[in-house]
Amino acid sequence: MANAADAHHDDHAHDDHYPSFFSRWFCSTNHKDIGTVYLYLSMFAAIVGGGMSWYIRLELMEPGIQYIEDFQFYNVLLTAHGFLMVFFVVMPAMIGGFGNWFVPLMIGAPDMAFPRMNNISLWLTFAGLGMLLISAFVGAGVGTGWTVYPPLASSIYHPSAAVDFGILSLHLAGAASILGAINFIVTIFNMRAPGMTMHKMPLFVWSILVTAFLLLLALPVLAGALTMLLTDRNFGTHFFDPAGGGDPILWQHLFWFFGHPEVYIIILPGFGIISQIVSTFSKKPVFGYLGMAYAMAAIGVVGFVVWAHHMYAVGLDVDTRAYFTAATMVIAVPTGVKIFSWLATMWGGSIDFKTPMLYAFGFIFLFVVGGVTGVTLANSSADLVFHDTYFVVAHFHYVMAIAAIFAMFGAWYYWIGKMSGKQYSEAWGKVQFWLFFVGVNLLFFPQHFAGLAGMPRRIPDYPDAYAGWNYISSVGALITALGTVMFFVILFRTYASGAKAEQNPWGEGATTLEWHVPSPAPFHTFEDQPDMSGKAPAE
Amino acid sequence: MRNKLKIFVPALVGAFMSIGPALAGPNGEVRSAPWQMWLQEPGSPTADRIVAFNAQLMVIETLIVIFVLGLMAYIAVRFNAKRNPVPSKTTHNTLLEVVWTIVPILILVGIAIPSLKHLYFADRTQEADMTLKITGNQWYWNYAYPDHGDFTFDSIIVADGDLKPGQPRLLTVDNKVVLPVETNIRLLMTSNDVIHNWALPSLSVKLDTVPGRINETWTRIHEKYVGKTIYGMCSELCGVNHGFMPIAIEAVSKEDFEKWVKEAQAKYASDEIKTDDKVRLAAAGATR
Repeated sequence: MANAADAHHDDHAHDDHYPSFFSRWFCSTNHKDIGTVYLYLSMFAAIVGGGMSWYIRLELMEPGIQYIEDFQFYNVLLTAHGFLMVFFVVMPAMIGGFGNWFVPLMIGAPDMAFPRMNNISLWLTFAGLGMLLISAFVGAGVGTGWTVYPPLASSIYHPSAAVDFGILSLHLAGAASILGAINFIVTIFNMRAPGMTMHKMPLFVWSILVTAFLLLLALPVLAGALTMLLTDRNFGTHFFDPAGGGDPILWQHLFWFFGHPEVYIIILPGFGIISQIVSTFSKKPVFGYLGMAYAMAAIGVVGFVVWAHHMYAVGLDVDTRAYFTAATMVIAVPTGVKIFSWLATMWGGSIDFKTPMLYAFGFIFLFVVGGVTGVTLANSSADLVFHDTYFVVAHFHYVMAIAAIFAMFGAWYYWIGKMSGKQYSEAWGKVQFWLFFVGVNLLFFPQHFAGLAGMPRRIPDYPDAYAGWNYISSVGALITALGTVMFFVILFRTYASGAKAEQNPWGEGATTLEWHVPSPAPFHTFEDQPDMSGKAPAE
Repeated sequence: MRNKLKIFVPALVGAFMSIGPALAGPNGEVRSAPWQMWLQEPGSPTADRIVAFNAQLMVIETLIVIFVLGLMAYIAVRFNAKRNPVPSKTTHNTLLEVVWTIVPILILVGIAIPSLKHLYFADRTQEADMTLKITGNQWYWNYAYPDHGDFTFDSIIVADGDLKPGQPRLLTVDNKVVLPVETNIRLLMTSNDVIHNWALPSLSVKLDTVPGRINETWTRIHEKYVGKTIYGMCSELCGVNHGFMPIAIEAVSKEDFEKWVKEAQAKYASDEIKTDDKVRLAAAGATR
């Protein structure tokens, strides 16, 4: 494939006349530029949302009230932290950022199928972020948690327009994601290079394809539920109000029918990224390629029928809870296949522990630790002691949140040479990894113990017995914050004084198509599609 | 090898089990202790099952994590570029792939069977000796004893400044719920406003109080808790003072409970609105 692809981009130079600043960055229809802007959006939201969590940890460092005397403000912080991290950090970076940049490059397509729709998605996401930030300054803010459960989210208990702004924010971000999902599905189905069959696509493309289907099926349900909540709040309907014959539990069913696939939306692109990195640095094709691809598809399908495991405590019928316990456990099988396939890919490899590979190793560790506590939480019986405790907080940060951040960091180090044409400093990258790795584990591992001992989530002050684990957790937050700051220093140093990136800095292991175009990737790539027929699966 | 496992697994279970009881119960009270790493000491038949079940789960999970970490460590040492400059080309092994699909399924089935038994056991009691009604409010609990003359009272947090020496911060309430030990107690729950959650970690009771619904579960407090106070906290985000609506149960002998009921009937008789009415009104949504 090298010859096929390399032959084309020598004549790309004449295409690289960039538009003016405004046209290029605000009216862009170029998948690479749009991807770049998504990444900046994500970084901005990460600073805001991460800063919020850091402030929360500062308050929780010691028992008693130190900084946040207004408990509604505390609730607003934890709500906004969740919204920002889910909708405006992980999703824009994974799907909008790396997805936009590398799906067309990996399948040998010149751009996304609907470049203008791509631009609409981008700016709707910005509008959604704006709405969310505004909501924090309207009235008392949104203090409902990211799950927005009525009646707490109804107009009686949150009378200001803050919740309405929050709802509109999710509507906009949701619409952006639905359009983006359609774009990815059409692109992946129709614009693959000749000869690149579905079973030859790189696993990152597979992961984005499955994610796009989850988005397409889950987000309309959220949109419907949000609209019902909006009319409950403003137009006198009673969908979720028992006083009018409605039911607050209906909201929870609708929300989690979206919310559970949402957590797979967050982590699936991470699976794809980790597969690429592990294969590249082990200098081996992915072990069990088809098993890996269909494990993701299976996770996507099963992810739609396990939603009520978030609702074990609401008073569901015991048979219902028994079903959701059994169904939830099924998820562990395809995720186990993925873990073991990554290990088998590395087995017998010649592993180069560059920074992206360290992040892949870290990802697997976090995902296993968070995955096994997920098996505990799958049990409705065990949930009698774990529901709404810090054990849950530790679980989902390990398995989904921090694991996703590790995948994003890994992806940034892996692809920054291709995106910017500059290579990061390997030594500083490794230091940043270890700082961040130690930080997040110190931050979240003690929360397992606080949760086992019974500490509830979402409280601004706690009984004195939990002081010890909370102190360690907050020290971990400080180290994590240092690691984050260091990442931004590395980012600026890379842009300012990074060494020139080679076309393929990773050697023989990096076989996918993006390594067959120059670094930085030219403004237009693959105007003539490479012929992939007769080639092996692109792992 | 098998003998070693026979010793190792129970030892690991024992290690996990011992952390809890050794640390629980400061001042003869049933609540978390500083640096506690394990579940609170079980105080009901359900909790006995859940704590033991959790220990089994934790052993399985710890072994899985150790297994994967071991593989990762071996890979990092054995298959780094220096030690193994020429990568193998193996990308398939059907037997291996079948094994790592089947073995997790077997482990999960092994977990699911006891799990579901515990779930049905914990759900509700067939033969209730008495009933306690619990109504969540922003931000306090209301309790009613329908089998004992239907008296009702509110249970509200004691502010930090009003605590007497020895009373735990954020857990102490003005009126404790008094319950007899070794009695099957049916728990009925609802809410007057938003969703709360009535949670007692040491009894393995955790159920939402939902406006417009009555949820049911049960508990039976062990004899050994006579004279002790069992603590819990609201476990569903319910607004500004969510962190400040604790639950405190005083476990007493059956005889002492009868005495307390007489006193309580007199003490709380003056309450104007009976909780029963509140529940009915809440169901109709009229309390707003």
